[in-house]
Amino acid sequence: MGLTATSTLATEVVGTPALNFTIFAVFVVVTLVIAVSVARKNNSATDYYAGGRTFTGLQNGVATSGDYLSAATFLGTPGIIAIYGYDGILYSVGFIVGWLLVLLLVSEPFRNTGRYTMADVLDLRLKAPSVRAAAALSTLMVCLFYLLAQMAGAGVLVSLLLGVNSSVGQGAVVAVVGILMIFYVLVGGMKGTTWVQIVKATILAAGTVVTTIWLLSRAGFSLPALLHHAAASSRSGTAVLSPGLEYGVNTVSKLDFISLALALVLGTAGLPHVLMRLYTVPNAREARRSVTWTIWFVGLFYLCTFVLGFGAMWLVGDKRILSAPGGSNSAVPLLADKLGGTLLFGIMAAVAFATILAVVAGLTITASASFAHDVYAGVLRHGEAEPAHEVRVARITGVVVGIVAVIGGISAKGINVAFLVGLAFAIAAAANLPSILYSLYWPRFTTRGALWSIYGGLVSSVVLIIFSPVFSGQRKPLGGTSSSLITDPHINFAFFPLNNPGIVAIPLAFFLGWLGTVTDRQPADSARFARMQVRALTGVGAERGGRS
Amino acid sequence: MTIFQPLRGSASSKAAPQAGRGNASGYEAVRASRDFWTIRRRFGSFVGPACMLFIVWYFLFVIIAVFAPGFMRVGVFGDVNIGLCFVVLQFASTFAIAASYRRWARRRLDPLADRLRHRLEGGQEQ
Repeated sequence: MGLTATSTLATEVVGTPALNFTIFAVFVVVTLVIAVSVARKNNSATDYYAGGRTFTGLQNGVATSGDYLSAATFLGTPGIIAIYGYDGILYSVGFIVGWLLVLLLVSEPFRNTGRYTMADVLDLRLKAPSVRAAAALSTLMVCLFYLLAQMAGAGVLVSLLLGVNSSVGQGAVVAVVGILMIFYVLVGGMKGTTWVQIVKATILAAGTVVTTIWLLSRAGFSLPALLHHAAASSRSGTAVLSPGLEYGVNTVSKLDFISLALALVLGTAGLPHVLMRLYTVPNAREARRSVTWTIWFVGLFYLCTFVLGFGAMWLVGDKRILSAPGGSNSAVPLLADKLGGTLLFGIMAAVAFATILAVVAGLTITASASFAHDVYAGVLRHGEAEPAHEVRVARITGVVVGIVAVIGGISAKGINVAFLVGLAFAIAAAANLPSILYSLYWPRFTTRGALWSIYGGLVSSVVLIIFSPVFSGQRKPLGGTSSSLITDPHINFAFFPLNNPGIVAIPLAFFLGWLGTVTDRQPADSARFARMQVRALTGVGAERGGRS
Repeated sequence: MTIFQPLRGSASSKAAPQAGRGNASGYEAVRASRDFWTIRRRFGSFVGPACMLFIVWYFLFVIIAVFAPGFMRVGVFGDVNIGLCFVVLQFASTFAIAASYRRWARRRLDPLADRLRHRLEGGQEQ
């Protein structure tokens, strides 16, 4: 799931840190050259926020999958499969199915009715600075939690892959990651960031596919044989091939999983950094094409991680994985080492780093766009800011977000990252999705409905997670340290039993959006809805690409 | 892209030329037009059932896996059981829905949307 390891337990170093560093440095140099060379003309708002809207559906589809597949996915998913088997797969299915919602209900109308941010879409419909501010706040919250998860994970990776165990050394590496990413965003804008995503997604796919084929060749290219070997070498036996090991413990854990599944399926369509990518293509048709490409890439990637997870269970063994530094996250690196020695390990380590760097860059540009375009230009300047000025504010915000991420990443090291990712998805599904869907499809939707659903979803998600076991009162079954944020078991204010707030917060936000609307004395503006719907379905008046 | 067919609805044919950017009443007239009604109906008739289908199918899978794991354990061949087949089917159905929507939209939605857009923008090329 996440990168939850403690970082000081590095008892074994696999691979050669020097080689890992070299491979990673090659990636950094290549992406820097690209970012600088595409950045020549990068001064208009459309260039900075949307890469000039010149990317093709295929390019943006690859870049979107790069934005979506984080290090937590790449290392975490095979990791939980290697430990829990089927339940790890069960967890992953929601990540691909959720994309259908993006494709069918969101991508094209969103591209047709917005310019740079999610708030643009709501603004076309409702024309209220308060809604823009609310949408910007929830965008920034999702970005922040997601960003912290990535940066906190970076610290763990450093000890695992580069053999850097001192906390000063880890902090230094996190800071370097942060500075690089600020540079990408500052210099490259959306165009540079998109190319970084494309390079990253390509090497991620290449690394994953090569390792998967390599692994399958060991099992005689027979999936059933691989599953058989995996189950035979697991301490849980054939139980790993069916559900129940992680989520089937009791009724609470079952409900918790349903809650998580809901957040994953509905959250993808509300992730701001995914939605913002839709603006980098020239029109809605390319947006549709890019989401279909993303579905193929993300789907194939997850299918490979399933094979890798069972492969790690077979060749590395769950006992060795759990005792390695980084815990379950070390499954893929250890498997790579087993299969291809230090070279493959180095490649996979560099891929993992590139993944963090690229996802962080994508989140930073989204957060900076939301602040500059929505908060600064839309709310503070009442939509009358100079575009050049707005871009300057976006660049400054990018630096601030980067610094916050570095500080957060250094201090959040070692905390439970899965909770940050789950929370980001829950907020995306509860605070963003209802107002997006309502404003696109419900004629009666009003400003009050939007405010109620955004703030209701945001507040309920955050409050429920604070009073949940991820924050306090959780005990490890074997008397070990608590997996809560507050590790002292005597401090316990977890009156909400589930780890993920989705099952309550998401329906609540949809309900509040409805309630706020029907109790609003001011009726919806039917002319605005007509404009929204005509623009959404025909693309008239949409921001075009191809010129800068 | 220069195909221009006259509107069948009389109200919209009058309103369409003035429906430039920002003219809300023009948009309302277009919304009432027959072509737009067709595009809305077509969009809804594909997207509505497709969304229902994948959401119900996904939660069916999740609920069976969580509350009836015994069913998922039933063997199909070798070590492969119903649960693993369900996973493969989830991926297959996701790919299939995505691919068929893309194909369908290109054939059934895009020509109509193009026509309406050109009419609204006064026939000018983008």
